[in-house]
Amino acid sequence: MLSVNSYLILSAVLFSIGTVGVFIRRNAIVIFMCVELMLNAVNLSFVALSRYLGNLDGQVFVFLVMTVAAAEAAVGLALMIAFYKNRESIDVEDMNLLKW
Amino acid sequence: METFFFMIVAAVAVLTGILVVLCKNPINSALSLVATFFCLATLYIMLEAPFMAAIQVMVYAGAIMVLLVFVIMLLNLRTEIGRRSTHTLFVGGIAGVLFLIQLLYVLRNSVLTGTKGPIDSAMITRVGHTELVGTALFTDFLLPFEITSILLLAAIVGAVVLAKKKV
Repeated sequence: MLSVNSYLILSAVLFSIGTVGVFIRRNAIVIFMCVELMLNAVNLSFVALSRYLGNLDGQVFVFLVMTVAAAEAAVGLALMIAFYKNRESIDVEDMNLLKW
Repeated sequence: METFFFMIVAAVAVLTGILVVLCKNPINSALSLVATFFCLATLYIMLEAPFMAAIQVMVYAGAIMVLLVFVIMLLNLRTEIGRRSTHTLFVGGIAGVLFLIQLLYVLRNSVLTGTKGPIDSAMITRVGHTELVGTALFTDFLLPFEITSILLLAAIVGAVVLAKKKV
């Protein structure tokens, strides 16, 4: 039987990859995908710890996180389409309307 | 045997995760992300959570990724061109590595505590994982479940309003 630690380490690695992606990419959709990767890394540690503790609360949390991610996908992509209609680009460096 | 299988799946998950970040073309990133989601679904099955694996494939790899690929194709995005500042790459890489070191340090020097609950492999096989999750969701977590429905309603309305011709 694998220890819960190996799952937690994998989760940490995936979360860091997502963080690096958010930092270094400029395409808003790729940044969005990196955020999804981070959410999934957290989900993995939720499920691993829930299994370790013999308690289903963590898996219910994963269910709720997935719902929030679905809502985020719908609204986020609608925002990107609205932005693209204005600026012909979804580069985050072009999103400077509120910058001074 | 189980450790060996875990190593393979974890390696594929990390590799495709890196590809999500490094691919120039957003479509390739999206397809790598689907592969990562499938690896995570496999890990959920190894953790005896088949219902979680099923909704991981259906909701994430199915619904959300279809939406993403649809938007990428709708906007006809091409590969990013030039003018990438190298210092962003440098600072982002350093920050990510520091973050990873911090996480691994915490994991190494911490002890898992907590009282063990009643759910074990025998119970999951006997009752069924879906039934256990459903019971928890509709008894202990009824209020969060209902609030989730309001969140989804708000998301639908928000998406329609944002995507309208004239705001």
